[in-house]
Amino acid sequence: MSTPIVARSARYGGGRMLWKQLTANRFTALAVACVVAIVLLALLAPWLAPDSPTSVHLSQRLSPPSARHWFGTDEVGRDLFSRILYGARISVGVGLGSVLLAALAGTLLGAFSGYWGRWADQGIMRLMDILLSFPSIVLAMALAAALGPNLLNAALAIAIVKLPVYVRLARAEALSISRQLFVKAARTFGLGSGWIVTRHIIPNLLPPIVVQITLDLGDTILLIATLGFLGLGAQPPTPEWGAMISVGWKYLLDQWWYPTLTGAAIFITVMSFNLLGDGVRDLLDPRRHEEGGRTS
Amino acid sequence: MLVFVLFGVTLCTFFMSHVIPGDPAQMMAGPHASADTIRSIRRQLGLDRPLWVQYGTYLWGLLHGDLGVSIRTQQPVIHDLAAFFPATLELVLYAFLLAIVTGIPLGVLAAVKRNTVWDYAARVVSLGGVSVPVFWSGLVLILLFYARLGWLPASGRLDPSLPPPPTITGLYTVDSALTGYWADFFNSLWHLVLPAVTLSYVQLSIIVRQVRSSMLEVLGKEFILTGRANGLGRGFLIVRYALRNALVPTITVIGLSIGSLLGGAVVTETVFDWPGMGNYVVQSIASLDFPAIMGFTVVIGAAYVLINLVVDLLHYALDPQIRR
Repeated sequence: MSTPIVARSARYGGGRMLWKQLTANRFTALAVACVVAIVLLALLAPWLAPDSPTSVHLSQRLSPPSARHWFGTDEVGRDLFSRILYGARISVGVGLGSVLLAALAGTLLGAFSGYWGRWADQGIMRLMDILLSFPSIVLAMALAAALGPNLLNAALAIAIVKLPVYVRLARAEALSISRQLFVKAARTFGLGSGWIVTRHIIPNLLPPIVVQITLDLGDTILLIATLGFLGLGAQPPTPEWGAMISVGWKYLLDQWWYPTLTGAAIFITVMSFNLLGDGVRDLLDPRRHEEGGRTS
Repeated sequence: MLVFVLFGVTLCTFFMSHVIPGDPAQMMAGPHASADTIRSIRRQLGLDRPLWVQYGTYLWGLLHGDLGVSIRTQQPVIHDLAAFFPATLELVLYAFLLAIVTGIPLGVLAAVKRNTVWDYAARVVSLGGVSVPVFWSGLVLILLFYARLGWLPASGRLDPSLPPPPTITGLYTVDSALTGYWADFFNSLWHLVLPAVTLSYVQLSIIVRQVRSSMLEVLGKEFILTGRANGLGRGFLIVRYALRNALVPTITVIGLSIGSLLGGAVVTETVFDWPGMGNYVVQSIASLDFPAIMGFTVVIGAAYVLINLVVDLLHYALDPQIRR
């Protein structure tokens, strides 16, 4: 309680230490390896992909996996392997962007809500209650449909769906931090509330927010794919995994590899991120440790 | 709370859907309609009035059970949803039961045999459930059990050759059993297998996770040790004492996980061509039919809030600590 800043930064800081602890668990090590591999594949897609994800070869439509087309081709002869590689950029990139947007907006809203209290707090929290009282995919569908079906709006809709968790988390932390001595001291020095919240409160509530971000990544990628599948996310010919399956599942019976391999890419990616999220939480969640828990 | 929630969500979706480009009147009239036709449709739909008046009208209708008229089907949304509701209810109900009867034992097994093969298997199963896209697991099951093995049907509620049972509840399995249409009963049960399994998997994995962790917590408590010391049987202790205590937090999680069931139903119904509300709303999305989309959202939101109200009451009944 007495030295919160130091205690926290020592606990969560030290990248090498964290890396060692993360890879100590076999499952988490596997997850780290998978996530690194997926991110690398996504980043290097332009160099790794044997073909452009959008170049059409009608003569080779729906051909089975072969040495030339590792995963076969789709209904207009585009190379499926290339499309799946490029799809990783969209899923991981948009997923990360969406979660970060939710985390950023949620942290600011929650921190101010907790610091100010009173009516602003009441208003913001009731709004979050509304968002929380819908199944996430149903709310994301309604919002994405209302905003208009495209990838950017899908990402925005998912960010709104994910928002309440961050607001609640940041608010709870901000409430306890703002009662601590250094915040009182800052106030006595006459610092404005904007300064106190952004410079003194938010840096101290980041660790649980970071854990929540890693926990949410897998689910967000899944939501993007689901919206894509329902026609509410990326639109063809964008090589987005969900949108690819929404076209490809008509070919399930005769060209099983088309939707099946695309879906496998989603499954493996989401599972890797979920496994990583679990690992990070187990490591940093103070409730799972006897000593050195969060002081607040 | 319920009223408040519905108010908020209709407000959000209503205004968002009206600021985007895309004119429902244009859509209804078709691409070749004259400006006059479009104007008269606008007037008919009330689209020419100020936004807040339109919203007020919508809310007033909502209070009287009127969700507006679907642009696609030209029917009142409430009638459409009512027609598709039983199919969704039947699917969700079976998926729910399946998730409970498999999830709870699996979670208990994982906790009791901690760090054995059983535990790892349960953890892999539950990790898969939260990671798998429902539309993909459905497709894989269709590929396997319908296309390859030919064991199970992959679409619809009933073979087209069979007449549906007389309607009592709208649930085919219940109606056919009540009226003695046994061919229908077995056939509809048969059609339920793949979609119900697909849908239940997500919730199953959430239940396994929760039961496992709360069982582990309870099994570490002193009263279990006392029970063992007093010579109570292991199975008796687990079921009668540990599980009963572990179920209290589990029930809350089950209530919340029904959200994933309701959302998953949308995707499952699309994949298995199940004639329910989810299938209806996906088709409505394709034609930007906002009254239908909003009607669906409002009904699902209300159902979710009501279910969790029931869960709270159940919680109250199960946990004597709250009653005190």
